[in-house]
Amino acid sequence: MKAEDLKYLESHEWVAVGTSGGQQVATIGISAFAVEQLGDIVHIELPGIGDSVTAGEEFGEVESVKAVSSLYSPVTGQVLEVHAGLVDDLSVLSDDPYERGWLLKVKVDSLSDRLLDFAAYKQQCDSH
Amino acid sequence: MQQTALTQWHSTHGGKMVDFAGWSMPVQYDSIMAEHAAVRNQAGLFDVSHMGRLRFASKAAESLLERLATRKVAGTPIGKIRYSLMCNEQGGILDDVLIYRMQELDGGDKYWMVVNASNREKILQWLQRHDPRNEAGLEDRTHSTAMIAVQGPLAVPKIQELLKFDVAGMGYYSGQFVEFRGFPLLVSRTGYTGEDGVELIAPNEHAVALWELVLAEGANAGFRPAGLGARDTLRLEAAMPLYGHELSEEINPAHADLGFAINLKDREFVGRDAILAAQKVSGSRRRVGLELEGRRPARENCPVVVGGQEVGMVTSGTFAPTLQKPIAMAYLDPAYAEVGRSVEVDIRGKLHQATVVKLPFYSRS
Repeated sequence: MKAEDLKYLESHEWVAVGTSGGQQVATIGISAFAVEQLGDIVHIELPGIGDSVTAGEEFGEVESVKAVSSLYSPVTGQVLEVHAGLVDDLSVLSDDPYERGWLLKVKVDSLSDRLLDFAAYKQQCDSH
Repeated sequence: MQQTALTQWHSTHGGKMVDFAGWSMPVQYDSIMAEHAAVRNQAGLFDVSHMGRLRFASKAAESLLERLATRKVAGTPIGKIRYSLMCNEQGGILDDVLIYRMQELDGGDKYWMVVNASNREKILQWLQRHDPRNEAGLEDRTHSTAMIAVQGPLAVPKIQELLKFDVAGMGYYSGQFVEFRGFPLLVSRTGYTGEDGVELIAPNEHAVALWELVLAEGANAGFRPAGLGARDTLRLEAAMPLYGHELSEEINPAHADLGFAINLKDREFVGRDAILAAQKVSGSRRRVGLELEGRRPARENCPVVVGGQEVGMVTSGTFAPTLQKPIAMAYLDPAYAEVGRSVEVDIRGKLHQATVVKLPFYSRS
């Protein structure tokens, strides 16, 4: 996936919505900008398969050496898949944040109404 | 925000600047892990000018400090530096400090003291309260000097080459004024990283030149600037307490595992009675080290739990870059504080297995 094609939350999560088996499925990750800002990531805490997530609410957290940051969900729905191997190789978050660095796949009930397109998200990051 | 003589240098050299105790300081340049590794294997440079530097012009300083420090000050040999606590009457820790007795370049024999940035104003007021006429000749040199820590196994040999004097021959926790390029430089064999190294105190106007000279001297030896982020992970691995975390006015020195910094015998100092009383009471929580399973670090204020009961509280925690596992310091009920004891740490609602371990987590070979 290309950064330009994704939607973002102000809090730096990206989402790509596709269709699978007749249902809307969202793939969720964190942006390259966020990974760069977080620095040395040492752990990521994610929900389990079957858990519910709610748009705009916390679904997990990223631990860097210096601090812990919350992850917020861009969608409301039920977790279908969790990127299981990620905690053992967090380098994919920086090497390939929009493809191999995905976090969750979620069956979508609804999308956040605060999603930004790439241009708007980039503008927000540039103003930092 | 207050600026050190090096603040401008940091921000023009990639430092990510943050507000630390009212000072604009670099938390990191690129990676905390890389800066941490440089200090463990080569050397890192830290701007620690935010710390308070106090000079006492008069001989009366010795009796003032002797009355206020938990560590014996009277009779400190010239050239020695001592780590001490200062307490209030209730035994609450006001600060942890370094007390220096130095021969200055004009031959004068003076006490100096380095205090935490966050406590400088409080300690200045405390000193004034106990010496209202300033007979000790206290002068705050924080804003006219800079302090640079050069820490790591290659720090002492490289600084020796730069300064052309026998730094390696100085004992640990010793210091000396030298004349360097026409200005007085206080060189001490001290630090806050668990590595060998030096700290340098120089007049502000020479700080940037000195910093760049040290960096240039170590350029081929892997020296790099390091920020407060690495300073924190390094001191945590070395189990050095940080004021506001392991030490505070709510903590009595008797429980802080800092026995070496307390001299009770044949002395009178503020807080002594409270420390003696605390030593007689069993059951108070005391400082221990924890190693956690997995990779998720515990942070300050995470409860430590045994069988569903809270038995302690984490005061600092991180993922230890050298040890590659999460470590934490905590205050624990003595019943659960013995080395090897299994406990759980509640990290935002989820329990994680941990073991009480001997401190420090890391010590240089």
